[in-house]
Amino acid sequence: MRLKMTGAQALVRSLEEEGVEIIFGIPGGVLLPVFDVLYESPIRKVLTRHEQGAAHAADGYARATGRVGVCMATSGPGATNLVTGIANAYMDSVPLVAITGQVATNLIGTDAFQEADTTGITMPIVKHNYLVKNPADIPDVVQEAFYIARTGRPGPVLIDLPVDVSRGELEYHRRDHPVLPGYKPTLKGHKKQIRMAARAILEARNPVIYAGGGVITSGASPELRRLAEENGIHVTHTLMGKGAFPETHPLSMGMLGMHGTRCANYAMCETDLIIAVGARFDDRITGKLSEFAPKARIIHIDVDPAEIGKNVRAHIPIVGDAKQILKDLNAAIREMRNEVATPDRSQWNAMIEDWKRKYPLTYDRDGGLKPQYVVERIYALTKGEAIICTEVGQNQMWAAQYYKMDKPRRFISSGGLGTMGFGLPAAIGAQLGRPRDLVFDIAGDGSVQMTIQELATAVLEGTPVKIAILNNGYLGMVRQWQQLFYNRKYSCSCLERERTPDFVLLAEAYGAKGIRIKEPEEVDRAILEAMEAPCPVVLDFWVDPEENVYPMVAPGAPLYDMIGDMLYPVEKIHPEKAEEPFL
Amino acid sequence: MKHTLSVLVENKPGVLARVAELFARRGFNIDSLAVGTTEKPEVSRMTIVVDVAEHSLEQVRKQLHKLINVIEIVDLDPETSVARELVLTKIKVSPENRSEVIEIVDIFRGNIVDVSRESIIVEVTGSSQKLQAFEDLVRPYGIKELVRTGKVALPRGK
Ligand SMILES: Cc1ncc(C[n+]2csc(CCOP(=O)(O)OP(=O)(O)O)c2C)c(N)n1
Ligand SMILES: [Mg+2]
Repeated sequence: MRLKMTGAQALVRSLEEEGVEIIFGIPGGVLLPVFDVLYESPIRKVLTRHEQGAAHAADGYARATGRVGVCMATSGPGATNLVTGIANAYMDSVPLVAITGQVATNLIGTDAFQEADTTGITMPIVKHNYLVKNPADIPDVVQEAFYIARTGRPGPVLIDLPVDVSRGELEYHRRDHPVLPGYKPTLKGHKKQIRMAARAILEARNPVIYAGGGVITSGASPELRRLAEENGIHVTHTLMGKGAFPETHPLSMGMLGMHGTRCANYAMCETDLIIAVGARFDDRITGKLSEFAPKARIIHIDVDPAEIGKNVRAHIPIVGDAKQILKDLNAAIREMRNEVATPDRSQWNAMIEDWKRKYPLTYDRDGGLKPQYVVERIYALTKGEAIICTEVGQNQMWAAQYYKMDKPRRFISSGGLGTMGFGLPAAIGAQLGRPRDLVFDIAGDGSVQMTIQELATAVLEGTPVKIAILNNGYLGMVRQWQQLFYNRKYSCSCLERERTPDFVLLAEAYGAKGIRIKEPEEVDRAILEAMEAPCPVVLDFWVDPEENVYPMVAPGAPLYDMIGDMLYPVEKIHPEKAEEPFL
Repeated sequence: MKHTLSVLVENKPGVLARVAELFARRGFNIDSLAVGTTEKPEVSRMTIVVDVAEHSLEQVRKQLHKLINVIEIVDLDPETSVARELVLTKIKVSPENRSEVIEIVDIFRGNIVDVSRESIIVEVTGSSQKLQAFEDLVRPYGIKELVRTGKVALPRGK
């Protein structure tokens, strides 16, 4: 039987059929028919204070739960306010469905009140988008949108809904499957390629695993761990891959790239085989591309064929879902183990252990309250079990360096776009998706002010997120670059924390709790107090203003060239310049 | 290096914009692009000539494939495909050289589709090289206006 209903009813009905339990958004004129129907729907509505907050909250919810996040905004300014959040989800391959209101179809193209070409504006930052012109299309469009958002390489899909389409009538009918002739993501890896990869892994002398966010998206952590353990291969991860492999595992080398560990970066310089899983060789990872992993052959496993060969040449590409491929790869390796001789890797493993021992992540503990210390204490007191969202900048890197993650979907950070203001709304979304978990936003004083209004959302929704501001009074990462590369000219990077804002008062103004911490001795008590509080808490840590994130690969420099005190001997990378052969 | 891609897309609004935006965003150069209907009303064919190195061609294809509305992409090999282009050329003519120009048009099996006192419009179809040769030959008489459709192509046989 086909039910007659309005477009708005069909939209909400379709969302319910997709299993949507929560929507983040702000209403407006052209969305009123939809919000009118939502009023009666069991779907939870979270009214954010800015549409960017809605998009990031949906994003945080999606990352924490693995489900599709949904956000809504009205036409024109509502939609343009969503744009940063959509771009953020696109860069980090987060499944998101964004629904925007649009002016009536007869007004489209006339510069009507609050008209913006939303599908045009978002075209480069979505996996796909729709401008719905006919109410009867709504059920199919919603079904397709969710299917596209969550399958293959996930990403944001936008549905632009003119107000007359919401008001129009249709006979509701939902297909069993979406019909998308041009969309068939490859999931199963090519058999021959997998066997080639298995052989390469068995034959490698100095292999490393390079794990990215794709491992987490595909839920491939157990298979990855098996690959590492059964073959005794060390693992490094990207920022997005944090938690894909336990960082406290003896085979973990920690994060690589611009602020990665020396061990991980040196290993990339020396390895003869990189097993890349769900990672995309971004410039923050490779450093100077022409000098990246000069000795390595590369196995590149990714669900998106366009990532393969984009930045580096893959010797053995395997397109498909990481979990499925790793399962098959592990089986192939087990099968071939007796046929293929594996070289002695003891020297390689010893070298990695040596790097780890010699170059741990460290900082100068003297001189007041250090941001790294704050993160270390949050790690210790939450027993490494919290969900950690971050803002962008130094705070983000310190969170990545000092909060070790042993489980996936617990480190939620804006990797690809580097969006200041992501952390607080993402934390709210994560908390709503995982109500029993403890959620922290490790924040910067600059970033947090970009979406601070979402404290109101946190208070009203009863999400007891803990916002730990590493308040250095600076746009710290900008200041660090100015110090290192622009002669200490701190142009427009000082935030003058003595004068504004008073984060404790601000927290209280929103109905949250605020605690200021200026001494190392006060850190533990404040964190514990925050953890016990049933409400959102802002922890305003006044940290050393001029602390820097180290080690560091300068932008455009090769990975072995790390800034910090301990330098890697160049002759090890260029053996032709060395007296003794290396390895 | 020039490559001719035959791209089958869903015949839906906005598909051309998606393709054009993709080329612009990824910095791929389009030499020509022709869109038209096919034997199936729900499918359109875009014939896109791109000028890229082998490595980037792979990227062009893969990125195009990621567009949800793109159904199929074939990289047409000139050996095993036929390609045609059409040009309309408005050529300046005088009573003295009119017959000379018409002779050239005949050699290229072109059609005169419009005649006026000072000019004629000529339609020529063929390979891009043929059109180029025609253009070069009539240029000395004075080309007032010219438009080329961009290449359309199909694989041979099968
Ligand atoms: C929306 C946005 N604007 C500007 C930047 C450039 N940017 C990167 S890090 C940074 C400083 C961040 O300051 P803060 O949040 O205080 O973090 P800190 O580095 O001090 O820990 C800036 C301005 C950005 N990433 N995002
Ligand atoms: Mg700061």
